[in-house]
Amino acid sequence: MEALTATRPQPAAASGALLEVEDLHVHFETSHGVVRAVEGLSFEIGRGEVVAIVGESGSGKSVTALAIMRLLPRLTGRTRGRVTFDGKQLLDLDDESMRELRGRDISMIFQEPMTSLNPLLTIGLQITEPLTIHLGMSDAQARARACELLSLVGIPDPESRLDQYPHQFSGGMRQRVMIAIGLACNPKLIIADEPTTALDVTIQAQILELMKDLSRRLNIALIVITHNLGVVARYADRVIVMYAARMVEQGEAEAVFHRPRHPYSMGLLRSVPRLDRPRGSRLETIEGLVPNLANAPPGCRFAPRCPFRIEICAQEPSLFLTDTGALSRCHRHAEIAENKIAWAAADAGTLAVAAEHGAPLLSVKNLTKHFPVRGKLAKKGAVVRAVEDVSFSIYPGETLGLVGESGCGKTTVGRLILRLEQPTAGEIAFEGTNLLTATAGEMQTIRRKIQVIFQDPYSSLNPRMTVRQIIGEPLHVYKLAPTRKAADERVGQLLSQVGLRPELGERYPHQLSGGQRQRVGIARALAMEPSFIVCDEAVSALDVSIQGQIINLLEDLQRRLGLAYLFIAHDLAVVRHISMRVVVMYFGRVMEVADRDTIYREPLHPYTKVLLDAAPVPDPTVEKARAPRLIKGELPSHMAPPTGCVFNTRCPIASQECRETIPPLEEKRPGHYAACIKI
Amino acid sequence: MLRYTINRVLLAIPTLIGVAVLVFFLLRIVPGDIVEVKLRGDGGSVSQETIEMERKRLGLDRPLYVQFGEWMVGMATLDFGKSMWTERPVLEEIAIRLELSLQVAIMATLIAVFIAIPLGTMAALFRDSWIDYTMRLVTIGGLSIPSFWFGMLIMLSLLALFNWLPPITFTPIYIDPIANLKQLIWPALAVGYRYCAVVARMIRSSLLEVLNEDYIRTARAKGVYEKLVISRHALRNALLPAITVIGLEFTFLIGGLVVTEQVFNLNGIGQLFVQSISRNDFTLIQGMVMLIAAFYVFVNLAIDLLYAVFDPRIRYGT
Repeated sequence: MEALTATRPQPAAASGALLEVEDLHVHFETSHGVVRAVEGLSFEIGRGEVVAIVGESGSGKSVTALAIMRLLPRLTGRTRGRVTFDGKQLLDLDDESMRELRGRDISMIFQEPMTSLNPLLTIGLQITEPLTIHLGMSDAQARARACELLSLVGIPDPESRLDQYPHQFSGGMRQRVMIAIGLACNPKLIIADEPTTALDVTIQAQILELMKDLSRRLNIALIVITHNLGVVARYADRVIVMYAARMVEQGEAEAVFHRPRHPYSMGLLRSVPRLDRPRGSRLETIEGLVPNLANAPPGCRFAPRCPFRIEICAQEPSLFLTDTGALSRCHRHAEIAENKIAWAAADAGTLAVAAEHGAPLLSVKNLTKHFPVRGKLAKKGAVVRAVEDVSFSIYPGETLGLVGESGCGKTTVGRLILRLEQPTAGEIAFEGTNLLTATAGEMQTIRRKIQVIFQDPYSSLNPRMTVRQIIGEPLHVYKLAPTRKAADERVGQLLSQVGLRPELGERYPHQLSGGQRQRVGIARALAMEPSFIVCDEAVSALDVSIQGQIINLLEDLQRRLGLAYLFIAHDLAVVRHISMRVVVMYFGRVMEVADRDTIYREPLHPYTKVLLDAAPVPDPTVEKARAPRLIKGELPSHMAPPTGCVFNTRCPIASQECRETIPPLEEKRPGHYAACIKI
Repeated sequence: MLRYTINRVLLAIPTLIGVAVLVFFLLRIVPGDIVEVKLRGDGGSVSQETIEMERKRLGLDRPLYVQFGEWMVGMATLDFGKSMWTERPVLEEIAIRLELSLQVAIMATLIAVFIAIPLGTMAALFRDSWIDYTMRLVTIGGLSIPSFWFGMLIMLSLLALFNWLPPITFTPIYIDPIANLKQLIWPALAVGYRYCAVVARMIRSSLLEVLNEDYIRTARAKGVYEKLVISRHALRNALLPAITVIGLEFTFLIGGLVVTEQVFNLNGIGQLFVQSISRNDFTLIQGMVMLIAAFYVFVNLAIDLLYAVFDPRIRYGT
C-alpha cells in the first residue's frame, strides 16, 4: 500500500470534479485557545454526485460546509487551504463575487426548519429573493417560478401558500420550502446540513426521497451532512467519515458500509441499533469520549478509544489507499482488510424478556387529556385531544416502549403518569394505589418511587449546582441519608453506579459532555431508590456511540435493581433494542400493543407498518434494493381532527367505514392488540 | 383584529375605574386638605368657622361616597370638575400644559428614535470596533447623566457661547413655529439624550442577537446583498423589542419631567402635578392621575397593535 500525501487524495477523479477541497483547515479563536475544528481535509465532488459526510457532534462536518460557503463568523473563524468550485478559488474570491455564487451555483439547506426561515417575511418573498437578485427576474416572473418550485417540492395549493408566513407551515413543510429556496436558481451543488434530523420518520422519508429524486433529475451534486447512518445509506454514492476534525475514511458507500477499513467506522456501524438485524443482547459501543479540539492529543485522534491501538498509533497516520479503493487514516488498515483484527462482540448477557406474571406495577386505564385551546380565533370550549383513551400496564422489572411521531401524545402520557399534568379522565394506579385519589402522604411515598430522565441533559440540570449537589439534593429533601457523611457516601456510590469517576462530583454541568450529563440525570433519578423510571427521549440528543453506552447502562441498572422503565422515544430501532413490549401511538391514541419481537416481525396495524417501512436502515444494499412505500400527507391538525379512525387520512387501506367508526383496541392475536377494523 | 382592538378598549374601562377608586381614597387617607393649605398655609390664623364654611363651599363636608359618586358621574360625561385652588375647570388647566408636555415628549421621541436606530445598528454591525466603543461610551453617558443636569449644561453653554437664552413663554407651534421650537428644542434634546441611549442599547443588543439567528445565515446562504440582509431580514426583527421600550419611555415623558421642566422654566404637566399635590388640590390631582393612567393604557394598546403590524405571528395567531 502506498501512502498518499494529504493534498492529492483521489488521483482518478481529479479532472471532472465540480468541487475540490484541498488541505482545508478551519480554526476558531476562543477564550480557551485555538480550536482546530477542521484539519487537512481534502475531497472532491463530481457533477451530479451524492456524497455524505458522516460524523458525531464536534467532528467538524458542519464547519466544513460553512467554510466552503464562507459563512463562518468573520471575527473568530480562520480558514486555510484551497476550495476550487467550477474553476474558481472560493477562498480567494472577493466578498461580492462570493455572494453572487451563493444561492446561485451553490445553495445550502440547514438543519432547523423551524428557525431557518425569517418569521416576519412571507414564504413568497423568501423564495423569490434569490431569483430577483441572481437572475434579475421581475416580480411576476419570480412569483411564477416560486409557484413552480413549491409544486416541485410537493406543497399543494402553491399560489395561496406564497402569501403565508413560516409559522403557518408545519416542520416538514418548512423543510420543503427550504429545499425550494435551495433549488430556486438551478444550482450545481447543494449542501444539506442534517436536512431531516428535526423531522419525524415518515416526513423524513418523504424529504429524503424528494431530494434524491431532484438531484438525479436535475443533475445536482449533493453533499449531505448527517450523523444518521441510515440516511447515508439511502442517499450516498460516496461516504466521508470524519472524526475529531479529520477525515478518517472515504470511499464508495457500499465499501464503507460493508468493508470499513478504519476502526472508528467499524465501531460506529456496530453501535447503531438496527431494525434489519436480530436484536443482540447488548448494544456495541465505542468507549470513551471525543477528544477536546482545543488541545487534541498528538498522533491518531481515535487512538485513545481504539481497541487496536499499538505503539505506532502515537504517530499521526496519513491517508492510505486500501484494498476496497477507499482511503483510510489508520496504520493497521491492511490488517483490518485481512480480517486480522475485528471488534470483539459485546458480552452476551441474558436477553431480557417480558415477565407478565403477578400484579402490574403501574396500570393506566382509559387515560385522557384534553388541553383547552387558547387564542383569539379559537371557538369557545375547543380542545386539543392530546391523549385519548390510552390503557396499558407495566410489570415490575419490565421496559415498555412508547413510540410515535411528534404530537402523538407520548410525552403527555409520561407527564400524566408523573402527575405533572392533571388527566381529564381515566385512572393511573401505581402498586394498587390510584394516583388521582391518593392522599398527600401516599403521594409523597409514591413520588419517590416514580422518577424521570429527560431528553435534554443540559437544560434539565441546574447550571449553578455541582454534580454532587444535584445528585445529593433528593437525599436531603426526602431525608434519605441520616448524616452529611452518609449522604456524601451515597452520592459517591451513585456516581460509580452510573460509571462516573467520583472527582466529577465537584464539576458543574457545563463542564461535562452530553453523555456524562445524561449519566448525572440517571444518578439523580436513582438517588430516590425508585422502582419505576419514565425515560422521555432519554438518548435522543446523544451521539450514536454515546447512545449505546447509556442504553447499556439503563439495561444493567434494570437487571441489578429490578427497575421498570417507560421508554418514550421516536427512534424505532432504539425502542426495539431496549423494550420488552411496545406501544405504538398516533394522534393521541394507541394503535398497536405487542411484545417487541412480534411487533417488529409481524406488525398488524397499517400505521406500524408504514412507520417501520419509513425508517432508513444503515445498509446501502438494502436501501437501494427497496422502494419504500411512502406514506402520503402530514399529521392531521389538532384543530380539525379526522372523524372515525384518526389514521384514516393517511392510511393506505382506509375505506368509508374507517371514516365513520372509531376502531377499538382489540386483542387480534394472543397478547397482540391493534386498533383497526381491517384486521 | 378589529374585535381584538374593541376588546382591549373595553378592558380599559375596568382598569380606569380601579385607578379612580385607588386615587380617590388614597388622597382622602392622607391627612390635611386644600382648605387648610389655602387659608392657613402662610401661617395666618383663620377661625375654624371660616374653614368649615370653605369646606362646605367646596363640597368636602359631604360623605365620601357622595363625593366619589359625583366625580364618577361627572367623568362619564367628560366633566372632571373644577380645580379647588384656581376654580377653573380641571380639563382646561390640564389642556394648557398638555400641549407643551406632549410636544416635548413627541420631539424627544423623534430625536431619540432617529438617532438611536442608526447608532444601535452601526454599533452592532461593527461590534467591538471603535464605532461600537464610542457608541457605548456615549450611551453610558446618556444613562448616567440626569436629564435636568444635562439641561442645565445646555442652558449654560447657550449662555456662554452665544450669550442667548431660550424664550420662557410658550408659543403654540401653530402660531409661531420658530419661536415655539426655539423654546422647546432644548428640553427635548436634554431628555432625548437619555431616551436615545436606552433605545440605542436595546437595538444594539437585539440586533446582535438577531444576527446570530439561523434565518440570517439562510439569507446570506441565498446570496442576498449584505445591505438587504441587515435592513430586510435583521433590522425588522430587531426593532420589535425596541417598540416596547419606546412606548414605555414615551408615557414616562408625559408626567415625569418634573425637574427638567423646572430647569427650562416650562409650564408643563410635571410642574402642575407637583403644584397640585403640594396644594392638596384633590380634583386636579385626580384628573391628572386619570389622564396619565388613560395615556398608559392607550399607548400600551398602540404598542400591541404595532406589534401585530410588524409580526405576522401575532396578526394571525399561532
